Amino acid sequence: MDPRTKAAARRRKRNTRKAQARCAPPRKRRRKLRRQACLRRVKPRRSRTPELQPIPPAPGSPPGFQLRSPIAVYSGPFGVRQAERLLWRAGFGPSPGHAQALAAMGLHRAVAALTRPDGPATLTGAEPTDGDGNPLAPEDAYGHDHLWWLDRMVRTSQPLVERMTLVWHDWFSTSNDGVGQQSLMLAQNELFRRSAFGSFDQLAHDVTQDPAMIVWLNLNENSRWSPNENYARELMELFTLGADRGAYTEQDVRNLARALTGFDFEWSDELGMYDFRYVPARHDNGSKTVFGQTGAFTWEQGVAMCVHHPMHPSFFVNKLWSYFVATPPSDSDRHALESLYASGGYQVRPVLEAILLHPDFHTGPRMVKPPVVYVAGLLRMLQRSIDGEYWIWYSDGAGQRLFYPPDVSGWDDSRWLDTSTVRGRFDVVSQGLSDRYLDGDAVDNYDETETPEGAVAAARAWAGDPNLTAETVGVLTAFAASALAGAGGWQLSTYRGLRQNALRHLILASPDYQTS
Amino acid sequence: MANCGCNDYSRTQLLRRAAAQAGQGLPAIEAGMPLPAGTGLTRRSFVSRATGLALSVYGAASLGPKAFEHGIAAAAAQAPASDPILVSIFLSGGADALTLLAPTSAHPQYAAWRPTLALPAGQGIPLTEDPSLRFHPSLGGIAELYGEGKVTVMPAVGYDDANQSHFTSRHYWEVGEVNPWGRWGWLGRYLDHHGVADNPLQGLALGWDLQPSLAAHDVPVATVGQPDNYDFWTPGVWGEVQDKMLDAFGDLGDPATSDAGLAQARTAVAATGRLRDQLAPYPGGFTTPAGVTYPNGDFAGRLRALAAMVDGGLPLKVVAIESGGYDTHSNQLDSLPGDLLEIGNSLRSFQRDLEARGIQDRVLVHVWSEFGRRPEENGSGTDHGAAGTGFLIGSKAKGEMVGEFPGLAVLDEDDNLRNTSDFRGVYCALLEQWLGVDAAPIIPNASSFTRPALVA
Repeated sequence: MDPRTKAAARRRKRNTRKAQARCAPPRKRRRKLRRQACLRRVKPRRSRTPELQPIPPAPGSPPGFQLRSPIAVYSGPFGVRQAERLLWRAGFGPSPGHAQALAAMGLHRAVAALTRPDGPATLTGAEPTDGDGNPLAPEDAYGHDHLWWLDRMVRTSQPLVERMTLVWHDWFSTSNDGVGQQSLMLAQNELFRRSAFGSFDQLAHDVTQDPAMIVWLNLNENSRWSPNENYARELMELFTLGADRGAYTEQDVRNLARALTGFDFEWSDELGMYDFRYVPARHDNGSKTVFGQTGAFTWEQGVAMCVHHPMHPSFFVNKLWSYFVATPPSDSDRHALESLYASGGYQVRPVLEAILLHPDFHTGPRMVKPPVVYVAGLLRMLQRSIDGEYWIWYSDGAGQRLFYPPDVSGWDDSRWLDTSTVRGRFDVVSQGLSDRYLDGDAVDNYDETETPEGAVAAARAWAGDPNLTAETVGVLTAFAASALAGAGGWQLSTYRGLRQNALRHLILASPDYQTS
Repeated sequence: MANCGCNDYSRTQLLRRAAAQAGQGLPAIEAGMPLPAGTGLTRRSFVSRATGLALSVYGAASLGPKAFEHGIAAAAAQAPASDPILVSIFLSGGADALTLLAPTSAHPQYAAWRPTLALPAGQGIPLTEDPSLRFHPSLGGIAELYGEGKVTVMPAVGYDDANQSHFTSRHYWEVGEVNPWGRWGWLGRYLDHHGVADNPLQGLALGWDLQPSLAAHDVPVATVGQPDNYDFWTPGVWGEVQDKMLDAFGDLGDPATSDAGLAQARTAVAATGRLRDQLAPYPGGFTTPAGVTYPNGDFAGRLRALAAMVDGGLPLKVVAIESGGYDTHSNQLDSLPGDLLEIGNSLRSFQRDLEARGIQDRVLVHVWSEFGRRPEENGSGTDHGAAGTGFLIGSKAKGEMVGEFPGLAVLDEDDNLRNTSDFRGVYCALLEQWLGVDAAPIIPNASSFTRPALVA
């Protein structure tokens, strides 16, 4: 049987399962919990997980240490609010005490602590489980790939390494919907992780012979007898050069596809897809004309020509910048970063450090947190570990399922929020708080003298004092006042307890908390 | 794009800016805004007649009375029962025109281009208007409606110098012009001119993502993944406090801000609060008329919900649904017929549902894809092409073919199918003949496009 036929069959089966499962577990759980909460007699079962330790920042450089940047560097105060944004955008938000620790280091050492971590990452806290107490099986069990990576995001001592892994996952967007073998997706994930700050030249080379990519964009079907343009086109359009800029022509697509011929793999029932390799006999040895140059280009040469193309540095700088800053770079800043990038051998880290130091990063408009960043950050704040498969569905409902980007162009960062995904984020908070809310005596005997302002202050402190605007505090305070309207007798305590639960929920679901 | 080098920006960046600006343009929804008057009896009969869901509504514990009253009043008051509704069905990935409408041996090149993928002679359902074309057997549902005069076929719709990138070409179709820097969806522009400031349901994407064709500059639009399940779970909060909490959640979206990122988040939260009110009548699910059955799957489920929502008087104007899986670079015979069967049968069920409800004259369905695929197969699949197949389905569809099949003897400069109708002309005709508005402010250079006759 043709391996692809088999893969497609399994894919369909999985998709059906996915569609069925998409909302079922949370709904079921939700109804149950809501019923319990409404009856107020049954205490929801609390399976509180062991607390994680606060994650210390990686050891920094000595005091007075300065990073280099060819563009402007932020020179304002670097306090907890600035450290908080840095941790959200270059990681997954602060765990308790993390922003304060980073602020104490100053801007340069704080950035270096993220971009120049020492040694291998450590994972602190309880190991993830599937909800029945079993360890995860990320290569085999459906959805455990997502849980495995989400857990790393929550527990790692090197958050920017994971965040850059997520950037590359979006940049070289590959979906297991098309690959159909989680072990290949995880191997690609390791490639992205070890390429976090390294050479893009090397990464483009490595990703071209990455098994998941070979399957995803049909490189194995690209042979000298029947060229398949899929990878050649996306390599130029989405990975290195960009569409509609005049960087390449349709003829370049066809000729580059010929240069990229030769990959193949084997299939067996036990191993699935295996033995990914380059087969010289499948390669088109003929002469090709790409970007106006003619030669019998190999696949390695074809990939390198895209990275060394004069229009690649501007594509790279703009795209990398866009992951971290809401507004585009000025022309002069972009040109300076292009030079830094091209003259430095296509190294990622120097460009990244310059972006993280730039005033626009620290003072520009907020950015919407990607859903998985929002989920991981919430869990870091709550010091919760992964204790069930339901986190797959909550992340999915909020709009982001790891290893399943919507297509080869990755997730659309401009469209994270709509009426479906906002509700999905609300549900994420519901699940996050499901074993944390005040209940029983804590509600019935709640301080019946607490003022609306006092209630909001208590909820903010409980939520780790995230950066809330005055307008949001105003809406929260107005709600806190209205929630007690007409209450009397037993309600004076109980409603204040419910109000505290509601305020914590509203803070974590607020537009302010969904952005950084 | 004021400060650039436009062509230095990726589509993502462009759209990010676009979304930020949309956020600034959106109106705040004010708490305590008065309800439309005079809807008392209407809303009562609306609920019971439309879906028989009255009991379910009252049984929906998480929805407060305020949200319920507000949702019914808004829906009943804002949706005149005669307004036309346009449904846009996007077959993403590039659906293969030579499979949807397979040529017969009258086009001898077909067998040569498609040695393994060609539909065998004798299979398929010939078109009366051009017997050299056959509906693929898996599109029997659409062929059946075609036989009843309810389908307008566009055998080669597209645009000249077709772009073979998925993202660029679908962008053109979405913004309604051949312009990579267009920022607003063509349906969104329609709503900017003819929609209202406080009804997100006027532009509804049924699915998990907003459809870019709906991206509007000034007015809110909505997406709903599961129209019958839009309630909120609030652990540890119940009763009156919960009602006020959920209202407060929408209120968090109200304040104006000059920060574009925050504005985007607030706009989405405000729209979510509004939508929660509007969907209040449907928390328990939808009923389908006796005798109407739908296939399984998300796509059919969305059409089924849509029929009930139209019948229930929800204030819809344009609806967009995406169904993917058409990028058949490989294994085309393995995947494409199943996908087409689901689409064709679902659309037939939708039409039967509308007919059973007596609202078939209110809805027109437009089926499109960003391009067709290359006539020459690549082994087990096909690569990106140019002109593709489109359908208009509905009781009011004129049912006359738009543009002829261009044949395979002469292809374009990239060896792809030539177009014989332009998607922008189709858009102009839909706006003018179906939605009854002037196309000029909505489709750039509208006067330059020939309008096919689309509506009976």
